[in-house]
Amino acid sequence: MIPELGHFALILGFCLACILAVVPAWGAWRRNSRAMALAPGLAVGLLVFVGISFACLCTAFLQDDFSVKVVASNSNSLLPPMYKFSAVWGNHEGSLLLWALILSLWTCAVAVFSGQLPLLVLARVLSVMGAVGVGFLSFLLLTSNPFARLLPGTPADGNDLNPLLQDPGLIIHPPLLYMGYVGFSVAFAFAIAALLGGRLDASWARWSRPWTNVAWAFLSLGIMLGSWWAYYELGWGGWWFWDPVENASFMPWLAGTALLHSLAATEKRGLFKSWTVLLAIFAFSLSLLGTFMVRSGVLTSVHAFATDPARGLFILVFLALVVGGSLTLYALRAPAVTSRVSFEWISRESLILCNNVVFLVATITVLFGTLFPLIMDALGLGKYSVGPPYFNAVFVPLMALLAPFMGLGPTARWKKDSTRRWQSELAVPALVAVVCGLTLPLLNADYNLWVALAVTLSAWLVLGLLRDLWHRVRGAASLGTGLRRITPSYWGMFLAHLGFAACVTGIVATSQYNIEHDLKMSPGDTEILAGYEFHFVELAPVRGPNFVADEARFEISRDGELIARLAPQKRRYLATGQVMTEADIDGRLFRDLYVAMGEPIGQDGAWAMRLHYKPMVRWMWLGAILMAIGGFTTVADKRYRRARAPVAVPGAEGAARGA
Amino acid sequence: MHPVRKQRLYLVLFVVLFSSAAIGLVMYALSGNINLFFPPAEVAQGKAPVGQPIRVGGMVVDGSVQRSTDSLVVRFELTDYQATVPVSYEGILPDLFGEGQGAVASGVLDEQGVLRASEVLAKHDENYMPPEVADALEQSGYDHKGNAK
Repeated sequence: MIPELGHFALILGFCLACILAVVPAWGAWRRNSRAMALAPGLAVGLLVFVGISFACLCTAFLQDDFSVKVVASNSNSLLPPMYKFSAVWGNHEGSLLLWALILSLWTCAVAVFSGQLPLLVLARVLSVMGAVGVGFLSFLLLTSNPFARLLPGTPADGNDLNPLLQDPGLIIHPPLLYMGYVGFSVAFAFAIAALLGGRLDASWARWSRPWTNVAWAFLSLGIMLGSWWAYYELGWGGWWFWDPVENASFMPWLAGTALLHSLAATEKRGLFKSWTVLLAIFAFSLSLLGTFMVRSGVLTSVHAFATDPARGLFILVFLALVVGGSLTLYALRAPAVTSRVSFEWISRESLILCNNVVFLVATITVLFGTLFPLIMDALGLGKYSVGPPYFNAVFVPLMALLAPFMGLGPTARWKKDSTRRWQSELAVPALVAVVCGLTLPLLNADYNLWVALAVTLSAWLVLGLLRDLWHRVRGAASLGTGLRRITPSYWGMFLAHLGFAACVTGIVATSQYNIEHDLKMSPGDTEILAGYEFHFVELAPVRGPNFVADEARFEISRDGELIARLAPQKRRYLATGQVMTEADIDGRLFRDLYVAMGEPIGQDGAWAMRLHYKPMVRWMWLGAILMAIGGFTTVADKRYRRARAPVAVPGAEGAARGA
Repeated sequence: MHPVRKQRLYLVLFVVLFSSAAIGLVMYALSGNINLFFPPAEVAQGKAPVGQPIRVGGMVVDGSVQRSTDSLVVRFELTDYQATVPVSYEGILPDLFGEGQGAVASGVLDEQGVLRASEVLAKHDENYMPPEVADALEQSGYDHKGNAK
C-alpha cells in the first residue's frame, strides 16, 4: 500500500511540475499576473508530493518491505537501521528520487526566500526549474520506477547494500553532493529567466549570487566527503583518483568556481554579463553530464549502479535538450544583453578574468580527459584509459598559475589600479612568503622543492589576505569595531581563499612527504616508519552486526611512548560473502598514521599490511570545509535581504543597485 | 588604435596564447599517460606492444594464483578462454580479486610475455563485470564461466 501511495504522489508531483513549467512561463509571456502568481504555490506543492513519495520509499526500506524491487536488491534485514536509510539512495532509482527531491527543495526555497524578486522574474525562474523537474520526474516514472514490486516471488530477505557504501560518511555524501549539483539549477534558471526577459543587470547578478554560493559550498562539502570516504574506506590510503565519477562532480565545481567570480564582477561592475550567463549554463550542463555519466553505466565505477541503455539514452536526450535549448536561447538573446563597461588592464577585473580563464581551461582539460576514453570507444578506436598522471600534469601547473593572481585579488581595486601601488602594498608579503617557502619545509626531515613552492604560494595568498584585512580595520577606532564593520561577503571570500591555501599546502605536502610500506607482518613483528614504531600485537576474530572480521591489533609508539592503538579489520559480510578492508587511522592535524590489512600470507598467521605515514593530509579536507563555510557565510550579507522591489515595475532594479 | 579595440586585441592574444599553452600541455600529458586495453587473445597474437603501458583484462584462471611466502609478489593468469596472459604483481590485491573472477591489470609487457602489473583492478561487487572484460569475453564467444555460447 505505502509504495503505491509513493508512486501516486510521484505522479501527482510530475503533474504539478508540468503545470509549473508551463503556466507561470505563459503568464510571464502574456503578462498575466494571476498565472504568474501560481508559481510559488506550485513549487511548494511539488516539494510536498515529491517529499511524500520519498518518505514512502524510506518507509519501505526501514520496514524491510522486500516486495519492492529496489529494497530487495539493496537492503537486508540484518542491515543497521541507519544504513537501511542511506540504502534509499544507494541505488539508481532511489538516488534519482533523491535528485528530484532536492530539486523540488531548491525550487521551493527559491519560491520562499525570494521576497525581493519581481514576480515576473520569479515566475520565469520557477518555470525553468519546473521544466528541469519534468525531465527528471518523467525519467523516474518512465525508466526507473523506484516503487516497482516483485509480486509474486517476493524474496525472504534482501541482497544487502554494497558493503563499500555501509559507512556513516556515505549517509550524507550523496545528499550534500546533490545539493550542490542540483543547486546549480537555480543559477541556470536565473540565467535562462534573464535571457527570456532580455534583461541582465546588477540586480540579476545579486539575486543569483547567494544561490550560486550556497550550491557551490554544498558541492565543496560533498566532494570533500567523497574524498575522505575514499581515503578511509577503500583501504589503500588514496584520496583522489581522477576517477571519471569524481571528475563528474569536480567539473561542475570548477565551472561553478569560475561562475562565482564572474558573478562578482557582474554584480559590482556590470561586466562579463553574457559570459556569466554562459558559465551558469555550462555549470548546470556539467552537473547533468555528471549525472548522465554516472547513471548511464558507461563508466566503470562504484557509482555506476545501472547498465540500462534506455536510461542512458533518456538522459542523453534530456542533456541535449537542455544544453541545445539553452545555447540556442543564448545565441538568440545574448547580443541584446551585452554591454561595454571599460576597465584598465591593471585592475581587479583582469584578475577575475584570469581566474575565469584558468578555471575554464581546467574544466575543459578535465572534461577532455574524462570523455576521451568514451569518445575513442564510441568511434571504435580502442579502449583507452586516461590515468591520474595526465590530470596531475595538466591540473597542477594550472593551479600553480592561479595562486599568484589570487594573492593580488583581494588587494586590487576595481576598474583601475596601478602596479606601483601593488608593489608598495605587496612587496613585504611577497618577501615574507618567499622566506616562509625557504624555511618552513625545513621543519620536515628532508627539504623538498615542490613543498617549498607550495608553501611560498600559500603564504603569498594568506599574507595578501591579511594585508588587505589589516587595511580594512586600520581606520577603525578599535580592532573590534573594525572587524565588525567587515561584511559577511568579505569574510566569505577571506575564508574560502584561506581554505584554498590550506588545501594546496595539504595536497602538496601529503603527496611529497607521504611514506607507504606494503609488507608482510606476523603477530609480534615491529616496523619503523618515519620514526613511528608499528608493533603488530595480535590477530583476533571479531563479530559485527552483519559481518565477521579478522582484526589486527597494533600499538604505535614513538621514542618508547605509546601514541595510539589501531585495529584495522578484514570483514566478510554475511549476506553477500563480500570481503572488505576496514582501515584504521590515527589522525592528527599534522600527520595521519594509517594501517590497513591486505590478505593472509602463508600458514603462520602472517598478513600483508599497508602502513602509511601521511603528513598534513587533513589540511586538504579542512581547507575544503573552510571554502564551504566561506560560501555559506556570504549569504548572510545584508544586501541579499533587501525588501521586495515594487512588483509590477519591470525596471525596478535602479533603486537597489548601489551594492 | 581605439582603446576598446586595443583592449579587445590584448584579450584575444592573451586567450590564444594561454589556450595554446594549455593545449600543448594537454597533448604532452596525454602522450605519455594513456594506455590501451588488450584482451588476452590479442596479447597472445603479439598485437600488444612490449615495454609500453597497457591494460589486460579477463577472468583469473582457476588455480593460477601463486603467492610468494616471503614477499608480496603474486603471479596469476588472465584468460578470455582463447589465450592466457601471465601476470606478475607486487603489492596488495583488491578485496574482490579472486580465482574465477574478472580483473583488469595495468602494467608493462616484458620480453617473456609476462605482464608486470603496477595496478590490479577487480570488479566492485558480485554482480558487476568490468566492461572491457565483458566485451573481451563477448568477442571470444564465451560467457564468464567459460562456457561456449
